[in-house]
Amino acid sequence: MANNYEFTPEDLKEIETIKAKFPEVMPATLPTLWVAQRRFGHVEPEVQHLVAETLDLPVSHVHGVATFYTQYYKEKMGKYVLDVCTTTSCQLCGGYDMLHYLENKLGIKAGETTKDGMFSIQSVECLGACGYAPMMQITNDVYVNNLTEEKLDEVIESLKADKMPEFESVGMPQHTERS
Amino acid sequence: MSFDWKSYTPVIIPDTPNLHEIDVYTKNGGYDSLKKVLSNDWDPEKVINEVKAANIRGRGGAGFNAGLKWSFMPKPDGGPRYLACNGDESEPGTFKDRKIFEYNPHLFIEGALIAAYAMQCSAIYVYIRGEYYSWIKMMEKALKDAYDKGFIGKNILDSGFDVEFHVTGGAGAYICGEETSMLESLEGKRGYPRVKPPFPAQKGLWGRPTTINNIETLACVPLVIKNGADWFSGIGAETHPGPVLYGISGHVNRPGVYELPTGMPVLTLIEEVAGGMRNGKKLKGLIPGGSSTPILRGDALDGVNMDADSLREAGSMMGTAGMIVMDEDTDMVEMLWRISHFYHHESCGQCTPCREGTGWLEKILLKIRNGDGEIRDLELLIDLCSQMEGRTICALADAAAWPVRYTIDRFRDEFEARCKKSTYALA
Repeated sequence: MANNYEFTPEDLKEIETIKAKFPEVMPATLPTLWVAQRRFGHVEPEVQHLVAETLDLPVSHVHGVATFYTQYYKEKMGKYVLDVCTTTSCQLCGGYDMLHYLENKLGIKAGETTKDGMFSIQSVECLGACGYAPMMQITNDVYVNNLTEEKLDEVIESLKADKMPEFESVGMPQHTERS
Repeated sequence: MSFDWKSYTPVIIPDTPNLHEIDVYTKNGGYDSLKKVLSNDWDPEKVINEVKAANIRGRGGAGFNAGLKWSFMPKPDGGPRYLACNGDESEPGTFKDRKIFEYNPHLFIEGALIAAYAMQCSAIYVYIRGEYYSWIKMMEKALKDAYDKGFIGKNILDSGFDVEFHVTGGAGAYICGEETSMLESLEGKRGYPRVKPPFPAQKGLWGRPTTINNIETLACVPLVIKNGADWFSGIGAETHPGPVLYGISGHVNRPGVYELPTGMPVLTLIEEVAGGMRNGKKLKGLIPGGSSTPILRGDALDGVNMDADSLREAGSMMGTAGMIVMDEDTDMVEMLWRISHFYHHESCGQCTPCREGTGWLEKILLKIRNGDGEIRDLELLIDLCSQMEGRTICALADAAAWPVRYTIDRFRDEFEARCKKSTYALA
């Protein structure tokens, strides 16, 4: 089957490094899907074929893995995917308010993508930032903590200018108190 | 307990600037515990006995003695053996291990290396949840630095001990925090928990002996080697000792991760450590150790401490010490529905009671939340819980059932008030 997707030589080198970590090739499935998603923005069936071919594994296996894990995009998404956490601590601290604010601001519902292909919104399960609720993650990368409507406005403006927010280091309150 | 928590000096995540850098870490005594065990008079068995005596109870939620777990590994047969470090950290309310990755990664790496030496492992894998992309990169950097300094690899510190150490990431699946599911995921498969026995110590990664430990558990190990088992077991609660990372979230003024001894009174943690309730509200409920641990009523927390015994007596569990604090305005029906949605979403689908049960729990709770529930639905929910608990391969079904059972039990009036009156008229 002709494939429209191809790994670059750098990708293939990275995949070789991944394979070297394990005694078998199958463990490379998840990390290689990540390489593919970071390269192509999604792991649609054709990309899954590419991963299977590259690792010489059955397509059914790669498909099974890609569909089991929620972070792999099985279809094309917006350039920036806004994953708003709405699980317990975030729910208690206004996660749904933040989600709805974003939905109104961008004119789409959770699970949808804006017409210009810039933004997708998802309501996601606990991201492990419970003390900094409400929060969201942008395209499986940076965490944005302690969200407010103003902070969301800023983040959206910055993303429209193709600028990802920087990683925020949240310290231990015990430390900051004593210093 | 009249423990002066303000005078406690953190040891898992000390207040040392740039401790995540390997040079700063080694300057502050880092890797000295590894050097100590790799020197001639510490054989692997001595390390295991020391860790066993310290009674580090697993910080991932099960609370099992780490040294005892290590002793379950069979005798070396010349083939590969593995240590798998669980950094999946997906239980709602839990956000502590990422602090170790960020602020003191080498303490964890050193602990894992000591554990690998004690169990004669040939390779270590640390599995970190895929969402923690930033922290995976931090760990990759820390591991590379440790390799470059000769703390990992062949003939470590001229001791003849060899071990490889790799980091790998998940891709979004709560179930992969379950230890055998994590092994499946590490092997590149869907995260379906395995039937036990065989236990991982007999048949783990690629069919070889494997031990799985939580990140914080392993971070305690160098401290035990450095200061002795007695020092560790003398901190905090007698039967559940040591320093612990409390993750406090929800309706408190100063949420965050705090390192303090185990056995802290929950009310001290909420009212003093975390700065008290937001907006002066009253405390209504507390989930003490991650979303699967049974909720406790705010008016029943006097004298309850954060250790396994005290929490069991109060009707809950220590779990991951991820405390979710709820104020008087919290809608318990809404809160419980969201937890049930979480477990429904995260059930791997292998076992029928869990796959179907989590869906029905959510569906019925949604019905009650929307005002269409009936009193008898509460009995139906409890009955469903009984059909799920203990009937599946792993504990996810239990984790999904407990919040439902105990939240309804402990806040029943609130659930009844949301239900319609009986549609069956008596007259």
